[in-house]
Amino acid sequence: MNALLIVVLMVPALGAAITALLPDRAGRVAATVTAAITFMLTVVLALPRTGAWFAYVGTDRESLVPWREVNVSWIPSLEVDFHLAVDGISAPLVVLTGLLTLLCCAYTIGKVPEGGSGRTLAALLLVLEVGILGTFLAFDLVLFFLFFEVTLLPMYAVIAGWGGPDKRRAARKFVLYTLFGSVLLLLGVFTVVTAAGTADLSALLGGLGLSRTTQYVAFTLFALAFAVKAPLWPLHTWLPDAHTEAPTVGSVLLAGVLLKMGTYGLIRIGVGVTPSGAAWAAPVLAVLAVAAIVIGSLVCLRQTELKRLIAYSSVGHMGFVLLGIATLTITGVQAALIGNVAHGVITGLLFFLAGAIKDRTHSGDLADLGGLRETSPRLAGLFGFAAIASLGLPGLAGFWGEAFAVVAAVQRGGPLWITLAAVAAVGGALTAAYFLRLLRRVTHGAAPAPLSPGIARGEWLAWAPLVLLALLLGLVPSLVLVGTHDPISAITEALR
Amino acid sequence: MSYLVAALPAVPLLLGLVGLLLSPGDKPRRRLAAALGVTGAALALGGTVALLILADDVVAASTSWVRLGELNVTLSVSAGVAALYVCLAVTVVALAVQLYSIGYLHDDPRYAPYAAQVSLFTGAMLLVVTSGDLILLLVGWEVMGVCSYLLIGHDRRLPEAPAAAVKAFLVTRVGDVGFLLGIALLGWSARSFAIADVLAAGHDKGLLTAALLLILAGVAGKSAQFPLHTWLPDAMAGPTPISALIHAATMVAAGVYVVFRLYPLFAKSPVALATLGVTAAVTLLLGALSATAQDDLKRVLAWSTVSQIGYMTGALAVGSPAAALFHLLTHAAFKALLFLAAGAVIHAVGTNYLSRMGGLRRAMPVTFWSFVVGLGALAGLPPLAGFWSKENVLVAAAHATEGGEPVPVWTAWVVWVAALAGVLITAWYSTRLLLRAFFGPSRAYGPDGPDWEVGFDDARYDRPGLPHDPPRVMRWPLLVLTVPAALLGLAAFAPGFRTALELDQPHLDVAIALPMLLLVTGVGTAWWLWRAVPGADPVLALGRVRPLLANGFYLDAVQHRLVVRPVRALAGLVKLIDERVVDGAVEGTGKAATGLGTLLGAAHRTALPRAAVAVFTGALLLGVVAAIYGASA
Repeated sequence: MNALLIVVLMVPALGAAITALLPDRAGRVAATVTAAITFMLTVVLALPRTGAWFAYVGTDRESLVPWREVNVSWIPSLEVDFHLAVDGISAPLVVLTGLLTLLCCAYTIGKVPEGGSGRTLAALLLVLEVGILGTFLAFDLVLFFLFFEVTLLPMYAVIAGWGGPDKRRAARKFVLYTLFGSVLLLLGVFTVVTAAGTADLSALLGGLGLSRTTQYVAFTLFALAFAVKAPLWPLHTWLPDAHTEAPTVGSVLLAGVLLKMGTYGLIRIGVGVTPSGAAWAAPVLAVLAVAAIVIGSLVCLRQTELKRLIAYSSVGHMGFVLLGIATLTITGVQAALIGNVAHGVITGLLFFLAGAIKDRTHSGDLADLGGLRETSPRLAGLFGFAAIASLGLPGLAGFWGEAFAVVAAVQRGGPLWITLAAVAAVGGALTAAYFLRLLRRVTHGAAPAPLSPGIARGEWLAWAPLVLLALLLGLVPSLVLVGTHDPISAITEALR
Repeated sequence: MSYLVAALPAVPLLLGLVGLLLSPGDKPRRRLAAALGVTGAALALGGTVALLILADDVVAASTSWVRLGELNVTLSVSAGVAALYVCLAVTVVALAVQLYSIGYLHDDPRYAPYAAQVSLFTGAMLLVVTSGDLILLLVGWEVMGVCSYLLIGHDRRLPEAPAAAVKAFLVTRVGDVGFLLGIALLGWSARSFAIADVLAAGHDKGLLTAALLLILAGVAGKSAQFPLHTWLPDAMAGPTPISALIHAATMVAAGVYVVFRLYPLFAKSPVALATLGVTAAVTLLLGALSATAQDDLKRVLAWSTVSQIGYMTGALAVGSPAAALFHLLTHAAFKALLFLAAGAVIHAVGTNYLSRMGGLRRAMPVTFWSFVVGLGALAGLPPLAGFWSKENVLVAAAHATEGGEPVPVWTAWVVWVAALAGVLITAWYSTRLLLRAFFGPSRAYGPDGPDWEVGFDDARYDRPGLPHDPPRVMRWPLLVLTVPAALLGLAAFAPGFRTALELDQPHLDVAIALPMLLLVTGVGTAWWLWRAVPGADPVLALGRVRPLLANGFYLDAVQHRLVVRPVRALAGLVKLIDERVVDGAVEGTGKAATGLGTLLGAAHRTALPRAAVAVFTGALLLGVVAAIYGASA
């Protein structure tokens, strides 16, 4: 069964190759079938080996025992192994990746954005999936870095090939900015690997006797690299451009899972490998995270472009996730994990809907939109649902991550953390303010032009799972949090 | 039995979610939507009644929901008899509203989502009332906020509706910032969010006060307490039955109920109680004074709600949660009655403005008598419901002025004096409302002739030629609600009810003389002013103070200037900095790199002679360096 870890990477890779060889429409269908198979495999992967879904109260294990792992020697001279594993931290993200890729491929069957053939786009999405899944599954630092880089070029091609009018500039900015982050990551990886003599993540857990200075240096490098990816204010400016120009499926994957590689990396590698460095830098990280929440929300309040606004809202939401991580408590990191998944689901849905609105009205400018609840009540209802989920309504998925990031900050205690908690909570109110402004602009008022009220079957197919998940994760957060307690306590254990 | 308690909120919530899936439109869908809405409220009502009969103690059950770190969040219900009485009020009002809405929105094409949202609203309130866990309570609390947003913004033809809806949600959400932080503090201190654990835990004194003050911020938002009351009068943009729902049994009652639920903690913190008392007194007077000068029928009622909620929080502050809850119940009855009756008036005359009404008594006898009962109860006229509950509040406040309660004595004095003044003012504006709307000649055709604007009716109706009582489906809920509005106060004599609320026995001694005197003064002054100048609004006697009161002491403008505008300006500034400085640095780096590259590229593209010179210079330099290093080595 552990070979499944390799199969789950092979399937989309092969699928991408086949898709590229087939004629256009058949290729898109093949890609969707591949994505569906991969999604099923990810679900099987994510079933905890013990099968005890609801009995997840922590035991006192201090080591990280993944649910499944496969470890093949790869480059012995460099101590680099092909080590893949899945545990409670990565499992929800793996499933999310499988799901969103499937939905995006299915969406591509019905609608291909202008700019190139749909077959190539679908193949690129599958290559992207290989990279993302690999990043989440890698249990070796070097391997992690490789997969992290694999995602870069397909995403660049998706934006540059199928994007909006200013796609080339946006794609270039995206790739150069994140490459800058990757260079820092590479430096960090080699700092750790040369100091520790191994690249294996389970061996490196808790720092493995890395000196204090090494940890500080390595964590700084890691944090900067992941902060670019996540993105953390003030390293976020590639994101709005990339989102505004990217095609709908590109935006969905970018916001839905690509950003999560940053926060996941910060938990798994930043906190896991260099805990002293994390503890040392946590206050700075938390201050920046809260700054991101407030600044992201304030910018959204004055934003005039639909997709740009949602992109900036991601900055705010990821701020909550990073605040959760920065508390370095089990509560906080768990909040970060569910916040991660919830953001992927909800913002994925928001980008799908924003894309649908833009396709129908041919404009993303808020001044040109309006009256959606008159012209297309269903679409307006879905958009309203997504916006309300995104502003963190209790009972829907977005609530847990944001509320418990605040709770975790309160839990840390002390004037700094209490202040941060309060400011973050105010950021929550600001989030409500800009989403209500957005709804008022888009759904209320007079409609500038009539549009087709119907929603195509392909669109329902792509959106319905996300709507259901947003509700389901809100009601049963254990779906994500099951099995996270042990690995997180193993990671944060080193701090005590 | 605990399953039944859990079903109270679950059934309306579930039916509401199903109802949201219905596409708006044709007749059969409409019927289905109405059936779903009415069934949800009726089932919840039936469940409540069954529980009231069957349960003789607190019904509680709990199961783990999710565990984050060491914090335990439970899915738990807990319903004592007092909570069940609140459930009863909620479900009765909700059922009345659902039935009434069938008639009131009979030609609204978006009726289906409306009915579903009312169901969700009801379910959310029931969740707040029956929840045994703070996080679960927060779920109901916020879902209610969203439903109020959706329902207030329901009317597509009112230009002010979307703004009012956004305001309602945002102002309450600002309060909820405090609410969430307060819950976080309490939950962290008790290591659990279950209310039973939170009440039982020994909290640090400073932490407890901080947490309670933060929770009071949320309570102020939801229960429209100063300074977060500004959303409530604007919320009148919603359809009238929604006003009944928000004002009577749900939304605004939620804040009072939460303080009631957490009262053992509040009793330990005089600072929190004093804060509550002062805001209660301010709110009470602010609401009552603003109600005197409104020309819009619904706004008079809205401001009266602000004022009456002040009585409830005042009662809580002076240490009598029982009186607060009793007033909550009677208020639910008479305020729901008043709003539904107001809807009937608006339905009939096509305007909200008192200046366009008058003389409706003969044309609409049922509505008129409903108003008499409702306003009498509001003003505290014996033996109507409001008299008994308000008397309880006044007695509790007077009692607290003698000391011995956790609240400071000065706060009790403030509350007591404000409550007495409130009696006078309430009597005054209730009388004015009744006289202006139902007595005297009709002013339907104003001084400027018949071509006045119909722009404020909140559902699509043609203005009928003659005012008349509402159709049956709207009349029955009215008639049913007159019963508790008139008689609920007598429940204070029923021992079962009294022990459930831990209410004192009503004592009709000399203590009621002062409020009675004030009541008569208020009614008399209003009547005399109305009588003295026929056809003139009694409020004109206020002279230059009138615009101040009519505009709610201009607190909207203050809020706009102190909060909204600075935030907007800050947002603009931050956006500018983000684009010019943060992104500017990034773009600048790119541009600088390109520029440098171009420069170096240009430097390498020179003609042969200069290139040859450069090569020789380079060789010379390297040679010199090598020589120096060689010499030193």
